[in-house]
Amino acid sequence: MAENDVIIRTDDLTRAYGSKVAVNHLNLSIRRGEVFGLLGPNGAGKTTTILMLLGLTEPTLGSAWINGLDCTRNSMLVKRITGYLPDNVGFYPDMTGRENLKFTGRLNGLSEKEIEEKIDVLLERVGMTYAADQKTGTYSKGMRQRLGIADVLMKDPQVIIMDEPTLGLDPEGMREFLQLIRQLSVEDGRTVLVSSHQLYQIQQICDRVGIFVSGSLIACGKIEELGRQIAREGHFVLEVEAEPCDDKFLGFIHGLEGIKRIEKEGRKFIVLSSRDLRKDITGFLGQNNYTLLHLRQKGGDLDEIYRCYFEKAEEEEKHGSSKNGKRAFRKK
Amino acid sequence: MEAQKTVSVLSGKSNSSETGTLPKENRKLHYHSMAALYRKEMTDHITSKRFLIILLLVTATTIAGIYGAVNGMADAIANDSNFIFLKLYTTGSNSVPSYLSFMALIGPFVGLILGFDAINSERNNGTLNRLLSQPIYRDSVIIGKFLAGVSLISIMVFSTGILIGTAGFLSIGILPSAEELFRVLVYLIYTIVYISFWLAMAMLFSVVCRHSATSALAAIALWIFFAIFMSLLAGIIANLAYPVDTQYNALYNSLSNYNCNLYLNRISPYYLYSEAVSTIMNPSVRAVNAVTMSQLVGALSSYLSLGQSLLLVWPHLLGLIALTLGAFTISYVKFMRQEIRGN
Repeated sequence: MAENDVIIRTDDLTRAYGSKVAVNHLNLSIRRGEVFGLLGPNGAGKTTTILMLLGLTEPTLGSAWINGLDCTRNSMLVKRITGYLPDNVGFYPDMTGRENLKFTGRLNGLSEKEIEEKIDVLLERVGMTYAADQKTGTYSKGMRQRLGIADVLMKDPQVIIMDEPTLGLDPEGMREFLQLIRQLSVEDGRTVLVSSHQLYQIQQICDRVGIFVSGSLIACGKIEELGRQIAREGHFVLEVEAEPCDDKFLGFIHGLEGIKRIEKEGRKFIVLSSRDLRKDITGFLGQNNYTLLHLRQKGGDLDEIYRCYFEKAEEEEKHGSSKNGKRAFRKK
Repeated sequence: MEAQKTVSVLSGKSNSSETGTLPKENRKLHYHSMAALYRKEMTDHITSKRFLIILLLVTATTIAGIYGAVNGMADAIANDSNFIFLKLYTTGSNSVPSYLSFMALIGPFVGLILGFDAINSERNNGTLNRLLSQPIYRDSVIIGKFLAGVSLISIMVFSTGILIGTAGFLSIGILPSAEELFRVLVYLIYTIVYISFWLAMAMLFSVVCRHSATSALAAIALWIFFAIFMSLLAGIIANLAYPVDTQYNALYNSLSNYNCNLYLNRISPYYLYSEAVSTIMNPSVRAVNAVTMSQLVGALSSYLSLGQSLLLVWPHLLGLIALTLGAFTISYVKFMRQEIRGN
């Protein structure tokens, strides 16, 4: 990728709270106009990273850049072009939606006329015109989230950063919301950084994802790429169900080469292995008069990718070679 | 390489935070956003229910003050018929205290109500990180809030002060002299600074405490301490340090005892304010410290001029301002260093 295409960049970004490292030497580049998903479990350091990008928390080491501006030293300029939608976004409960947006407009130094025009357009866009003159204290979570988008768009940002935006939305609200996020990137050409631990939703809208576990980025790339990479590195997950489901069958699977773990889920076995087992298993089932009820090779969806990487990170941690392992992995 | 990096980070830190050198346009935006916040805070205060409470409280105080003054006026004039206009503020009747003492007691409450949840309510509502992600400096937030509070306090103090004057003027029909007007003006300025101190104190608690209920209680506790317990405590300490129990001790220690008591009391903004305004509003007060007989030899028994009264209580004003700035500075520093992430 060309250097001038990168709009968000972090160099060895690190933040420690006492001895706990919340973000550990993060190197990230996000291209202009893409939707990037920052995925990881709670407490992985996603929010800390975002706060450092906005200059609201100072990094212990390293630096972050948005559009060529240092996020710590030039935070004012950064905040002019960056919109931030915090998780659980709050509005002044005694003000109406319109007044809340007006306040944001004024903070950004827009003229009153501009503000009025913008508010009408944006409220329409996020579908909140009907509740514009209601106090925000009466809003539901979904309404607040949509008003949050309008609020972010008041300053016409080049970069939009969202922290767990889909948390607590109902399925319908979620679908609309994701569509809205996608629009921001495709129609407006804005760069969107979404942090989340809800993998399925994010999978639908992201161009690229980064997987973030306990302060380190353990994988980064397109979802399909990550899927292929997992397969290449020998992470296979097989779902199999057979009749009868007896110990002999289990024993056979157990005895196969390259088995890492077997879990039972209802009547299904979930087999984690380092190679493709389908041929061996079907062969065995055929020879021994079993009836095959279900056989599926999982992989390619984010949930699996995520799980594999997560397990891998844990394993490496156990072996005490975590740092080198992660480093090598990241560079791929 | 690694060491070099660390150095560059460290040197970056010294001029980093959110200040640093900025183009002119940014500076403009800085004032713009502070003005926007100031405006929003004023609207918030004025339209809020708590402002109604303050208004009721202050109105009640003012009416009580006028009532007390008009009732007790005849006696006060019989004692001393000079500076009658000032007596409107300083006179109470048997049952009702004067406006002056009312304000010293109730005034802090106004500051507390305006400031006790300034920061922590933003944090709890989740508006603080949204606000700070706008192009606004973190200090603008706290300064804008403080200034909005001070403006509101000024408006309130001046309107009630003028109201008392007008009411008294109508009911007893005496024209104030220029000196009396100046004394009232100075008095009102002292009152603004005094209430602003309590605003700053309440804001400090709102930065430090997570819940607004905690900060409100802490601020009220401090208020009660200064208004009631500080004088008791000062008396106890003074008596311990300079006992006046025996005749010999009394002879030897009484001046030190008195001074110790006085200085300790003056730590309390309540006492500082009361002493200062009673000196200003009462020209016959000639000294605020203990005076020996020898110092009084040859003194004319007359009123102090405004300039001389001001000279007496000038340190009190500085003390009050220093306390206010101290409280504000601590909350400022605390706020600047706080993690933004709420909850």
